[in-house]
Amino acid sequence: MIVNAPVAPAAQPRHVRRIRRHKRGAMLWSAARTPRGMIGLVLASLVVLVAVIGPFVTPYSPDANAPLALDFAKPSAQFLLGTDVEARDVLSRVLDGGWVLLIMAACATALGIVGGAAAGVSAAYLRGASDGIIMRTVDVILSFPQLVFALLLLSLLGPRLWLITIAVGVSHAPQVARVLRAATLDLSERDFVKAAELQGMRPAKVMWKEILPNLVSPLMVEAGLRLTYSTVIIAGLAFLGFGPPPPAASWGTMINENREGLALNPWAVIVPALLIALLTIGTNTFTDAFARVAIGIDRQPEEAALIENLGQELGK
Amino acid sequence: MKHRLEVTGLEVRMGRSGPDVVRDISFAVPAGEVLGLVGESGSGKTTVALALLGHTRRGLRITAGQVLLDGTDLLALNPRDLRAARGARVSYVPQDPSSALNPTLRVGTQIREVMRVHPGAVASAGDRMAEVMREVRLDPTPEMLRRYPHQLSGGQQQRIALAMAFACRPSLIVLDEPTTGLDVTTQRHVLDTVRSLCRSHGVAAVYVSHDLAVVSGLVSDVAVMYAGRVVEIGPVARLFGEPVHPYTRGLIGAVPSPERAEALTGIDGQQPRPGRRGAGCSFAARCGYAIADCTTIAPEQVTVAGRSVRCLRAQDIQATHPQRLPAVTGPPAVAGTPTLSVRGVTASYGSTPALSGISLEVPPRGCVAVVGESGSGKTTFARCVAGLHSNWTGEITLQGTRLAHGARQRDKDVLRRVQYIFQNPYTSLNPRKTVGQIIDQQLKQFTGLSRRDRSARAVGVLEDVSLGPDFLSRYPDQLSGGERQRVAIARALVVQPELLICDEVTSSLDVSVQAIIVGLLRRIQAERHLAMIFITHNLALVRSIAQSAVVLHQGTVAESGPVEQILEHPANPYTQRLMEDVPKLRPPSSGARASTG
Amino acid sequence: MAVAAVPTRPTAPGDAHPIARLVRRRLGVGVVTLFLVSVVVFWATEVLPGNAAYAILGRNATPARVRAVEVVLHLNRGLFDQYWVWISGLFTGNPGQSLVNGLPVWGYVEPKIINSAVLVLVAGAIGALVGMALGAIAAVRKDGWFDHVTSVILLAATSLPEFVVAIGLIILLSTVVWHVLPAVSLLAPGTYAWNQPELLVLPAATLVIVIVPYLMRMMRAAMIEALESDYVEMARLKGVPEWRVVLVHALPNAIAPTVQVIGLNFLYLAGGIVLVEYVFNYPGIGQALVTAVDNRDIPVIQFIVLILAAFYVVMNIITDVIALLATPRRRIAR
Repeated sequence: MIVNAPVAPAAQPRHVRRIRRHKRGAMLWSAARTPRGMIGLVLASLVVLVAVIGPFVTPYSPDANAPLALDFAKPSAQFLLGTDVEARDVLSRVLDGGWVLLIMAACATALGIVGGAAAGVSAAYLRGASDGIIMRTVDVILSFPQLVFALLLLSLLGPRLWLITIAVGVSHAPQVARVLRAATLDLSERDFVKAAELQGMRPAKVMWKEILPNLVSPLMVEAGLRLTYSTVIIAGLAFLGFGPPPPAASWGTMINENREGLALNPWAVIVPALLIALLTIGTNTFTDAFARVAIGIDRQPEEAALIENLGQELGK
Repeated sequence: MKHRLEVTGLEVRMGRSGPDVVRDISFAVPAGEVLGLVGESGSGKTTVALALLGHTRRGLRITAGQVLLDGTDLLALNPRDLRAARGARVSYVPQDPSSALNPTLRVGTQIREVMRVHPGAVASAGDRMAEVMREVRLDPTPEMLRRYPHQLSGGQQQRIALAMAFACRPSLIVLDEPTTGLDVTTQRHVLDTVRSLCRSHGVAAVYVSHDLAVVSGLVSDVAVMYAGRVVEIGPVARLFGEPVHPYTRGLIGAVPSPERAEALTGIDGQQPRPGRRGAGCSFAARCGYAIADCTTIAPEQVTVAGRSVRCLRAQDIQATHPQRLPAVTGPPAVAGTPTLSVRGVTASYGSTPALSGISLEVPPRGCVAVVGESGSGKTTFARCVAGLHSNWTGEITLQGTRLAHGARQRDKDVLRRVQYIFQNPYTSLNPRKTVGQIIDQQLKQFTGLSRRDRSARAVGVLEDVSLGPDFLSRYPDQLSGGERQRVAIARALVVQPELLICDEVTSSLDVSVQAIIVGLLRRIQAERHLAMIFITHNLALVRSIAQSAVVLHQGTVAESGPVEQILEHPANPYTQRLMEDVPKLRPPSSGARASTG
Repeated sequence: MAVAAVPTRPTAPGDAHPIARLVRRRLGVGVVTLFLVSVVVFWATEVLPGNAAYAILGRNATPARVRAVEVVLHLNRGLFDQYWVWISGLFTGNPGQSLVNGLPVWGYVEPKIINSAVLVLVAGAIGALVGMALGAIAAVRKDGWFDHVTSVILLAATSLPEFVVAIGLIILLSTVVWHVLPAVSLLAPGTYAWNQPELLVLPAATLVIVIVPYLMRMMRAAMIEALESDYVEMARLKGVPEWRVVLVHALPNAIAPTVQVIGLNFLYLAGGIVLVEYVFNYPGIGQALVTAVDNRDIPVIQFIVLILAAFYVVMNIITDVIALLATPRRRIAR
């Protein structure tokens, strides 16, 4: 009487390649060895290097107007990338203009990940009222047009950098929460979590010891994606005028303020734009490589989480 | 008599020159007859089934062989002709109809489609549709045809799949474990339908299964597959009655019988995967009859005692008779307060009732089997006892101590005394922890032992379940299903419980591994004086492990009592029907055909 | 498996109405959101430091003048009163006057809404079609050269901030390399975009480049999952020709998840137009918002933010409903 017996060991989905993912960083390392991973890593590292070391090697002071220089002068031996709208050396400003962006993006990402993870995992594991409250809040935050709202706040309070960082971080948290909630829902029904409950473990300990270690992959993919988006948004805000106040150099601001001189000295716009582009392409490509190695499916977790969430709602 | 289907030398490899998945597969099926293709997971039986339609899964290629259907070699057809043959001359019935039916198309459309893409196969699609629906015992009403697959029950879905397969009146039908997931009665109906359709239309069929009992009631010939080869093939009565190939013998010895309490003999080890099969016989490493030549020479098929066997020692083995171990007796009854006492437990999920008025007792050192079909509430019951499900009323007492409803309200010590083993060994161990860490955590949660003592205990308990200390540093995904389940058992045992709840612990395992786990549990129970609750849907298995049984039906106790009584003289009509519908393997001594009711 | 003993009872089509339920729930959330947005917007603009009157008058702020402006802006009344005036004004179609040019907000903003709508629709529609087509083709020819090439290019494109794409396009087509298209729109305020369609090209192209990759990857992933599913294998085993397998079996199952993403893309566009319109000086509400923020034109800011929030809510609902319609399993209860 074999009733309802699942066919013996069939747990592996057909086309997923399994790799040994037990040593810390083993997956990161495998990802770095794929072509995409390598390209991504190289691009991103290059830009990070420029941003971090740059401020120490500027030929001129980034803020000073160069004497006897014209606005938007073409590149020359004296000014390797020419001058900008206020007759400042473009190269120096480029070298100095990245580190603030990087720090802000990193902080915003960290904030978003930690906040979103805490919310998502708790919502999924604790269920019931907690789940309802957290996810409704998430829904409402996600219904806000974020950039618009950030603009609103900033226009009134002034472009405080810490405020921008927090605003961007908070706007990431709901997305992260959704992805992790979907992943945790799947996990929390697994028997090994039940086994931990039968050992008398408190919920917080269960989440920390049993669930979180299994969420490392989606978390890291999310971190990569969020880092990319943080860079994009923060640079965009700087572009609109909400970045480090002038005369500080910032890549986003440089692109905007030097637009009028595109015909004269395009490098003042091209170089910072290129650096931002290389950074975001690099982080996104590496994250993609990592996702392929770690999760083995071609689908991005964000979309999967959305569908999952819709399914949960309708299934109720 | 010319055979309808003749397969010769079929070979499938991973890629054009990769390791072979199945090799040298040959068999023949006459019109109107069914051939059973049995094997455990990893034997390649599904690969063969799909290859009969000229189809392979990703990464595999058919590299040699012929599949002659009424004289036409399907493997030699060009793609267009092959497509024309599929569905019309040869069709396939899938294992899981819920995923094989397109969720966005209505079932009527899906049946009609197979006739549309083969114009000329039937005279009138509409008439044939009604006719084939009736043949599979479904009402051909427009309302039924307009449904989507998810609106049908599992049995109905499978009938739709059967209708699709028979619609164009093919000459050959390939069925891939089509009754997995169906309850016993529905399974019986489906098998009856298949048998009568084949007979009446002269259709040849190949029935793939891992369940020997099901196969024995349906087919005329059986081919046993192991590691990609056919190791024995012949008439089913002879094969199951007096198996010759060592693997077949092992398999038959592992199948539990509802009629006798036998010690099940498992086969230790695992089937080698493609690429790891070596030059000689793939079974040699696990074979009790192996000689030196077996590991170097690949055996050919020889005819012995009316069937074909792939073994170097076929003649010798045939002369000996398989060892049937004596019937087992249960442990001596021990008087005293029952280890577990359940009275009037009623449970529900939200507002849906799941259990009603369950009462039973587990004597000290005794084993009680809780048997039921899917939806009967047996797992709910197990969870209530363990505390995983807290929405119940009634009384559950452990050695005199009343148990709180949920695990969170229970004492640590109470939790320790009741240990739970889950069904699915693939999800019951944390994939990010080593075996050592898993067992260590259990010890840390329940005892105050020092690290050295914990380590010693871990090694000791692994030895009890026949795993070496090197397993401590392995991760679950490096272990087989049987090994994982043993780790789960070790985890439960290491804290010295009084009651072990086994929730369908062998349902996800191959039958040969199941036998080993059951043997292990019996031994441990006897050595450690444990009481045990054994949850299962497999009535036959009950006999090999429990002394008393409780049959659940839709949340209530249908019948309870000593195992022999329930299995041989069931009083409740439900239990009687179950016993009738259960497919039985023939007992080795009798030559009579097994009954399937 | 442990659920109560009820084998699935087959139900007739159309049993419950999950669509109605979903719409109701989303509308509920939407109304709450809009209310919250209105409160926050109001609070942000009226309460935070930087009294509007001072901001407007700047150096000319004498107490008398400040009081006069306050009266015009209703700043002299209590907070709740001000909020009520504003909200009721909205509902009666009178969202106040612009502080900058004195025109009624509605008249000032209305053509811009239309322009933005045109831009969003054009970019969204093109992006959706192109993305879905590319995704489907890449999935069917998985791991072929088309798949690899498009996926690499689009991975790069999707990583770029849209203002970088915009600048890139300007450099390429407008200023430095070629001089084909105008870099900046010179439409007189109040005119409609379709009077000079070439002004749509660059902004729309920018937006399309940014959203196509996202869509394409989703479509590709969904298609691949459908093509590797059991039911597609079953269809092939039934002898169904490949074109029918792709179009009738695989595609409908890939649409549902993709549609959700299309909806998300429209949402994203609503925010993305801010940057893009700003770069190209395209006369839409994004650009108007930036200008208003620069000038602290509060009634305009409030109104535009509300419009965008309302668009978000409606778009969310539409997306979910369409996804639901595309998935019979969820639409029709068991």
